Amino acid sequence: MKELNKPAPTRKAEFLAGARATFPLVVGAIPFGIIFGALASTSGLSAGGAMAMSVFVFAGSAQFIGENLIHAGANPAIIILTTFVVNLRHTLYGATIGPRMKHLPQRWLIPLGFWLTDETFVVVVSRYNAPDDSPYKHWYHLGSAIFMYLNWNLCTLVGILAGQRIQNPQDWGLDFALYVTFIGMLVPFIKNRPALISVVVAGVVAAATYSLPNKLGLILAALAGVAAGVIAESRQGESAAPSSAQEAEAS
Amino acid sequence: MNELIIIVGMALVTFAVRYPVLALVGKIQMPEPVFRALKYVPPAVLTAIIIPGTLFKNDQITVSYTNDFLVAGIISAIVAWRSKNLLLTIVIGMATLLAWRWLLGTHILG
Repeated sequence: MKELNKPAPTRKAEFLAGARATFPLVVGAIPFGIIFGALASTSGLSAGGAMAMSVFVFAGSAQFIGENLIHAGANPAIIILTTFVVNLRHTLYGATIGPRMKHLPQRWLIPLGFWLTDETFVVVVSRYNAPDDSPYKHWYHLGSAIFMYLNWNLCTLVGILAGQRIQNPQDWGLDFALYVTFIGMLVPFIKNRPALISVVVAGVVAAATYSLPNKLGLILAALAGVAAGVIAESRQGESAAPSSAQEAEAS
Repeated sequence: MNELIIIVGMALVTFAVRYPVLALVGKIQMPEPVFRALKYVPPAVLTAIIIPGTLFKNDQITVSYTNDFLVAGIISAIVAWRSKNLLLTIVIGMATLLAWRWLLGTHILG
């Protein structure tokens, strides 16, 4: 972001820049959206139900887990509770970027809240934290969100239509797309020792709690990772850490 | 009927974890230590999703060349680290997975 000396970008420029920055993540979501749609028929979810889930829920990993639970015949209360637990991480995303959006009216906050995803969060958090004071950073956010939403729904539709033709979508490795995307998003975060410790602790706890019901291990691992990162940072802070000091200023 | 309940319920709880915090946090001052902690949320959550999906195969920790997701995941992490390019990471990661399955003879093309 080296736009410090340039005039503030226009709404349209911000919108397009947000969409452009989201492009790699959109590509990563394509196979994942297609496999979600393609697996609907085998999981017992109707084509209309799969489409409605992408339109109204719009949460990739939760939709995937929901589909698996429907296939397993879990009762609706368990499925809804699992969705809640898996998506709890969004409260922390909201808490991170919310302070940058407090000037926005509800007609912006409601749709941008609905469209909040891992991908859009990762893209827009660096835009909101950029040092320039563009008044249209929320247009960047909107560009990212709409691109993700349209792509996800289009891919779901393609998957539903293809689902009747492809026999075993897993054989093509489409279910790996989510993980490779997340790995690509994760690695740049590991830029100092506390972040590395946070990731290692989260990984160990995730493995240790694998067999817990309702994906509770996800939340436990995430909390343990955050706690480990904070503790490691405060210990490092006593011996002066330039990188974390800069980050604190930026946020 | 069950399907309708499931989808409406999933939509409501998902919106409930996304929107209210986003809307309210601006009106309430967030203490500095909270921000410091939030910095670790994305890497910790991503790790908590990646590890069960790649380290485990058939519900068992499988550190072996037979775990195609683990092999392709490690290659992806190296590409991500060296290149810092997400699209390249995804392309090489997916290609590695398919190539590895082909080598192991488990791919449908094999």
